[in-house]
Amino acid sequence: MNKIFEVPVYPYERHADQDASAPVRHKVIVIGAGPIGLGAAIDLAQQGIEVVVLDDNDKVSFGSRAICFAKRPLEILDRLGCGQPMVDKGVQWNVGKVFFDDREVYDFNLLDEEGHKRPAFINLQQYYFEEYMVHRVRQLQAQGAPIEIRGRNKVSAIGTHPDHVTIEVDTPEGSYNLEADWLIACDGAGSPTRAMLGKDFVGRVFEDNFLIADVVMEADFPTERWFWFDPPFNKGQSALLHKQPDNVWRIDLQLGWDIDKEREKRPENVIPRLKAMLGDDVEFELEWVSIYTFQCRRMEKFRHGRVLFAGDAAHQVSPFGARGANSGLQDTDNLCWKLKLVIDGKAPESLLDSYDDERIHGADENILNSSRSTDFITPKSETSRLFRDAVLDLAEQYEFARPLVNSGRLSVPCTYDGSPLNSADALAGPDYTRPGSACPDAPLGDEFLLPKLADKFTLLTIDADATDVIEEAGITVERLALSVKDDKTLALKDRYLGELESGVYLIRPDQHVAARRPSYDENLFRAAIRRVTGQE
Amino acid sequence: MTDQLTLTPNIDGGDDFYAELLATHEGLSKADSDALNARLILVMANQIGDRAILSQALAAAALKSEE
Repeated sequence: MNKIFEVPVYPYERHADQDASAPVRHKVIVIGAGPIGLGAAIDLAQQGIEVVVLDDNDKVSFGSRAICFAKRPLEILDRLGCGQPMVDKGVQWNVGKVFFDDREVYDFNLLDEEGHKRPAFINLQQYYFEEYMVHRVRQLQAQGAPIEIRGRNKVSAIGTHPDHVTIEVDTPEGSYNLEADWLIACDGAGSPTRAMLGKDFVGRVFEDNFLIADVVMEADFPTERWFWFDPPFNKGQSALLHKQPDNVWRIDLQLGWDIDKEREKRPENVIPRLKAMLGDDVEFELEWVSIYTFQCRRMEKFRHGRVLFAGDAAHQVSPFGARGANSGLQDTDNLCWKLKLVIDGKAPESLLDSYDDERIHGADENILNSSRSTDFITPKSETSRLFRDAVLDLAEQYEFARPLVNSGRLSVPCTYDGSPLNSADALAGPDYTRPGSACPDAPLGDEFLLPKLADKFTLLTIDADATDVIEEAGITVERLALSVKDDKTLALKDRYLGELESGVYLIRPDQHVAARRPSYDENLFRAAIRRVTGQE
Repeated sequence: MTDQLTLTPNIDGGDDFYAELLATHEGLSKADSDALNARLILVMANQIGDRAILSQALAAAALKSEE
C-alpha cells in the first residue's frame, strides 16, 4: 500500500493560463504548498482575494517532518476552517520527562490552563496537516472561492516591478509566464525565491547532525515527550521520543558532526540504534528516516516591495521548541489581513511594513529561544558541557535547577510589544492582554471567545457602553458586548479586566489587541483604528 | 544603593569558609572538582536570585573593572 505522502494530491493539470497569448495577471500568487503557503492561500481566499498556489511537487510532506502544533496555531487554523480535523486526529500530550544518563531527572506537566477551546499542543504528522489543508482548499473551491493549487509548477524566474511581479513557471509540458500583483514566498528554508532575488539569509550554523526516524510500533510507552541527555544508548549525545497518531513514534537521535550521512541513513545502521534505545524485544517498522542539520537565521527584511516572505523561507530555527511551522502560521496570520486592506485600497502599502516590524520581532524571539535550547542540548565547549551536566545533576535533587533544564522552550504566541500599530496601553489590567498580545481564549457558556473575534476588527466591550458600529477611515468595526457574567469561571474577567470593573478592547482581524481602555472614548478609539491600519 | 554587588568583606569566618571549600574538593579528580564548582556556582546563583547582582558578579569575576 502506498503511504499517504506517496500519492499525488494536486496532480499537474494543464491550465488555460498556459495557452494565453499574454501572461495572465493574478491578485496573489503563493509559492509553495506547505503548511504556510496553504495557510496564506486559505486565509486570502476566505476573504475573497483571488489566489493561485504554485508548487514544484504534487504531494503532501514527504515524511512526518513538523509534528508539534501549539495552541495559537490551532486557533489560527480554526479561523481558517480546518482546526477541528487536526485536533480530532492529533495526539494531545502535556507531560514531558527528562532523562540524564540512565536516570529520570524530572518530569513536567504543561498543565493546560482551563477555559481554552484548544489544547496546549497536539502532535500530528505534517502530511496529515497538509492533507487537511488541501481538503479545506477543495471545500472553498466547491463554495466558489477564488483559490487554486497548481502541482508540478516550478517557478524558474522572477522579475520584480514597482506594482507587480512577473514569474516564469516550468511544468511537465513546458514553461509559461504569469504576473501577480503580490507574491508570497513560502518555499521553505532553501527558498529558491530568495535565491532568485539574491537576498541574504544570515545567522548561526550549528555543526551537528540529527537522525530522525518515524517508527510504527505497538508500544506501551505513555503519550509523553521523553528527552534524554547523554543516554547509555547514544553516549555523549541526546535523544527524543514522541508519539504521533496511528502508532507512529518520532525518534530523534543526535549523531554529532563528522558522520557519513548516507551510511547512517541505511536501515542496517538505523535499526541497531533504535533497538539499543527501544529494547531488543520491541517490534517496529521504519516509516521514514532522514538526517537533518540546522541553522538559526533570518532574512534582514521579509518584505521586498511586492514580494513577501513567510515561514522557513524568511526565518529558520532549530527544531527544539516547535517554532518552525508554528511561527510560520503566525506570519501569514499577521500578513493576510493587512494585504487584504491594501488590495482593497483601504490602507496604504506602508501597512505591510508593519509585517516586517512584527514578524521580525517574532522571528528574533524564536531564534533566541531555539539557539539557547540548542546550546543546552548540544554543548559546544568543555565548559558549556560542564554547566549543562551540573544543571541536570542538580535538577534530579533540587527543584531550583529544573527551570534551567532546556530541552526546548515550547512555542508560545508572540506579543508585538513596541509595534507601530499598537496604541498606548490605557488599561491597568492583566499584562498578557496588553496591546500587541494575541487574545487569550475564554469560555462563554457553551461557546468560546476567540471564534467570535475572527477575521474582522472587533470592539470588545466588557461591562462597558459603546456604539455598536464604528466607521472610520473606510474600516468598519463591530462591537461584541460581553459581561463578566457571561463567564461563570471568571476567566474572561481574569484575562481581560483583572481587578477592574470594565474594559474596552480594539481587536485586529488576527485576534491581536490593538488598543485597550477602561471605558469607551470615541475619539481615542477612532485614532486607534487609524493607527492599526497604518493611516496615522 | 539597592541592587549593588557586595565587594567588601562579607563572609562570617572567612578562613573557616575557605578551609571548608578546599576540604569539599579534597581527594576529587580534576573533572569531579570542576563539576562540583559548576554545581556550586548554580546553587549560589539561585540563592542570590537578583539578575542585576548576578550580572555584576559575572563581570566582577571576569576582573573587568568599570573604568
